[in-house]
Amino acid sequence: MKKELLVINVCQEKLHYFEFVKPIEDILQKQGLFFFTKHYSKLNSVDLKKAEKVIICGTSLKDNNFLEKNNLKNFEWIRKFDKPILGICAGMQIIGKIFGGKIINKKEIGFFKENFVKDFFGLKGEQEVWHLHNNLIIFDKSWENYVSSSFQACKHKEKEIYCCLFHPEVRNKHLITNFSSI
Amino acid sequence: MESNKKLKLGVLFSGGKDSCYAIWIAKKRGYEISCLITIFSENKESYMFHTPVIELTKKQAELIGLPIIIKKTKGEKEKELKDLEETIREAIKKFKINGIVTGALASSYQAERIQKICDKFGIECFNPLWQKNQVELLNELVKEKFEVIIVGVAAYPFDKEMIGEKIDTNFIEKMKKMQEKYKINPAGEGGEIETLVLNCPLFKKKLNFKIKNIIGEGNNWRVEV
Repeated sequence: MKKELLVINVCQEKLHYFEFVKPIEDILQKQGLFFFTKHYSKLNSVDLKKAEKVIICGTSLKDNNFLEKNNLKNFEWIRKFDKPILGICAGMQIIGKIFGGKIINKKEIGFFKENFVKDFFGLKGEQEVWHLHNNLIIFDKSWENYVSSSFQACKHKEKEIYCCLFHPEVRNKHLITNFSSI
Repeated sequence: MESNKKLKLGVLFSGGKDSCYAIWIAKKRGYEISCLITIFSENKESYMFHTPVIELTKKQAELIGLPIIIKKTKGEKEKELKDLEETIREAIKKFKINGIVTGALASSYQAERIQKICDKFGIECFNPLWQKNQVELLNELVKEKFEVIIVGVAAYPFDKEMIGEKIDTNFIEKMKKMQEKYKINPAGEGGEIETLVLNCPLFKKKLNFKIKNIIGEGNNWRVEV
């Protein structure tokens, strides 16, 4: 079975694919990386077996469908998955919920400066990032925060699960290529 | 689960390639477009609204078969956002829209502000061209039979000669070379190039209009109709 990176679309509206999934596919394609894309509601065990890494994409401010209990069940596989995962924005919130993190309301739209205290796929020190989210996640002690303020970028201490609340497909595209090459 | 059935969308419409192509992408995926929204800026240096032939959007809306709301703004930096907000409010009331579509490619200034307005009204915001490769966009326009001409230029090394030029494979090759040499955006994102759609699969027939004047100097030229 050919190993490929799996891109997971979490958008409820088909039209949002172009804004939140395609830019990530374009970055991977430009690097000549093999990938396949699936909507989270259509994922199966063959997809997860075939995937050598996973990126869970973001979605729009109005779309919180992925956080509903019935839909979160589609992500239970994350607990036992033993290959690298990167959760972006909504993807981070999903991972947070699966690992018992607490979601709190915090709306941020536009460019913000964040201070990376440790290298996060090439981001270090003060960096400008593109935010488009309604919520923050508070993770427990099994996660390491890479940013000096709230959880904007973090990693599970024992698993290769990475999260960023900002959108690297808009600014800091190299984060995605660096994740893809680990 | 994915859906595309319940939304009624309004499109921020300038009459250029990006907003027309954004409509086309939405319609192809089954979305209902309820109205077009055009902001006519009296300030030619507007931060948000750029097109030099915005008067033609009314005719284009007729060709597409959609109602259009056209509003004038003086084009002062933050005041024009208030005008846009009020116009979207009017579209929500009049056409019961619950989402906005834009043709934004890379302008974070526009994207941030439109996202905030949509968020304030609790409606969806769709940017189907967001971060799109600009050469890919131009190629798709040609493939999908969009007849597009240049109606304004505003950056070196563009000149008066480009006004009226059609976007076709030759144009795309020329822009790719210019991109390598001068680091310009090949699709003109950022206001370097303004376009007008004369015909496309959305139109009932070709747009008919006459150029009154081509005005400008140096690397800044635009048509008047």
